[in-house]
Amino acid sequence: MQSLTLESATERNAGRLARLVPRLHVKAFTGGTIVAIFVLVGILGPLLAPHDPNKQQLTAMMKPPQGVGAVHALGTDNLGRDILSRVIHGSRVSLLVAFAVVFVSGFIGITLGAVSGYFGGKVDFTIQKLVEVVWAFPPLLLGITIMAFLGQGLFNLILALVSQRWIPYCRVVRGQTLSLRERDFILAARCLGAGKRQIIWRHIIPNLIQTSLVIGTFAMASSIIAEASLSFLGVGVPPEIPTWGTMLADARIYISTAWWLPLFPGLCIFVTVLGINLLGDALRDLLDPRLKRTASGI
Amino acid sequence: MSAYLIRRLAGTVPVLLLISLLVFLLIHAAPGDPTLLLLGEETNAAEVARAKERWGLDRPLYVQYLKFLAAAAAGDFGKSFKYAEPVIGVIKTRLPATIELAIFSIIIATLLAIPLGVWAGSRPNSWIDNLGTTCGLFGISMPSFWLAIMLILLLAGALNILPTSGRSTYGVAGPERTGFYLFDSLMQKNWPAVWDMLTHVFMPALALGVNMLGILMRVTRSAVLEVMNEEYVVTARAKGLAEKNVVWRHVASNALIPVITVVGLELGTLLSGSIIVETVFAWPGSGSLLITALNARDYPLVTGVVMTYTMAFVAINLIIDGLYAIVDPRIRY
Repeated sequence: MQSLTLESATERNAGRLARLVPRLHVKAFTGGTIVAIFVLVGILGPLLAPHDPNKQQLTAMMKPPQGVGAVHALGTDNLGRDILSRVIHGSRVSLLVAFAVVFVSGFIGITLGAVSGYFGGKVDFTIQKLVEVVWAFPPLLLGITIMAFLGQGLFNLILALVSQRWIPYCRVVRGQTLSLRERDFILAARCLGAGKRQIIWRHIIPNLIQTSLVIGTFAMASSIIAEASLSFLGVGVPPEIPTWGTMLADARIYISTAWWLPLFPGLCIFVTVLGINLLGDALRDLLDPRLKRTASGI
Repeated sequence: MSAYLIRRLAGTVPVLLLISLLVFLLIHAAPGDPTLLLLGEETNAAEVARAKERWGLDRPLYVQYLKFLAAAAAGDFGKSFKYAEPVIGVIKTRLPATIELAIFSIIIATLLAIPLGVWAGSRPNSWIDNLGTTCGLFGISMPSFWLAIMLILLLAGALNILPTSGRSTYGVAGPERTGFYLFDSLMQKNWPAVWDMLTHVFMPALALGVNMLGILMRVTRSAVLEVMNEEYVVTARAKGLAEKNVVWRHVASNALIPVITVVGLELGTLLSGSIIVETVFAWPGSGSLLITALNARDYPLVTGVVMTYTMAFVAINLIIDGLYAIVDPRIRY
């Protein structure tokens, strides 16, 4: 009986996969390529950029895009700074912030979620109250408030973005832990004398990795947009660091005269986020179709 | 049901208390002295001390908080430093603009997303499904402020058919009654003002609603996909109903439940999105007010706006829970 159900479940999974594969391939390939380019450009930034992103050239102000191979392929801004170089350097900040936010909030969220679900009782109550309070802020508002009062800077920016992004991990992980802790292998571990800390780290958290990976992808997409939004509002990174958000903020007053100023940094944000979302969709369909509704809105 | 709502309502009180404490502490952790900022650099110690006394900034922190809390409970957030008016009054004059913008965003998003989502979900893997899925993905990946800028560039700049900023052209609108321009103009049968208002609201509402559009479309599609496999849908087909009726009567109405939750959840995103979109379009709502207040370090005003937004968000979530019970009679509290 046991083997029969197992077999049919595997078969069903195989069938589901076969149906998914064509679509999955397109999504995963497109998304993966975009993310790979983003990461590569972010890492190799200074080697790829043709100019110093902050070098002002007052003789070459407001040059429209000159096309591939020219001195200023994507044109220059109001201070004569090369747009292409600034866009390339901007990807580094987005990359750094996005990865930092995903890892820190993942660490906090998974740990708190696992602890909350495993111990229950007062610990659970306290953590869930904290979740409720932080989640009661409209998204971004808490980030804006934190940044506005703590001041600009990379560390504060990461803190502001983490402040709400650990919650989805915490919620999903808590729910999964609640069901995991009743499973036989946890009981077995406990019988063998494993401590609570060991059970959580060795046996519970490894089982949560797949789900967390999916949440992490969507968290990354949302932190790139949030970082750009905060920088755009002037409460993100300090103005001397070129980022896509600050470039858009700088471009605002020139939109009637220079269309290329807002076009390229915004396009970078859009395409990168699109790639990450595609990859996230593919990962979710592959690893955890149950997340279908919950993860997309984060 | 009502017992449940009362319980939920009571449950929000400690949450709101903790939020107010968090906001209060955050504001006071800020570097920079608001007194100096407001009075300028050219002040002497006596003037600073007098100003601090007037605003109550010389008292211990917990006294300031308790005073703030007692007043806030009565709906009084103090006087704005910048506008020298009661905070609640300043927010009240700005709130209708934000609500009006949000309503238009929801209308645009739902009108486009739900039909597209139902259509896409009822014909999986067809061209309309591919189109819908792509739209959904574009919608959730679009930074709303960039879309705002590009819309201005295209519709107000290159094509010059829509105004770039503000809520209305000066002098077109009649006397303000409710603060909701469309409503006021309709009541006064001032058709040029109605049209003027619509042309002003279109771009900000579209920019603000684009993420909601994407998410709604995706959720509607997957909800419809799920419902399409239910037995009652097979029954409906078996009894010979036209496919159109099956989809719109039996599938769409049942797929609505998750869609309502998402509309509710997205209202929060809409509120915070309004902060950035209002700034781009110089829309005189509470979102752009927050940015003005932040730049001026107007503590009472910032606290007031943040608390208003948060309370609105908490209230929305409560209402959504209530709506849920109405839409799905199977849910009993």
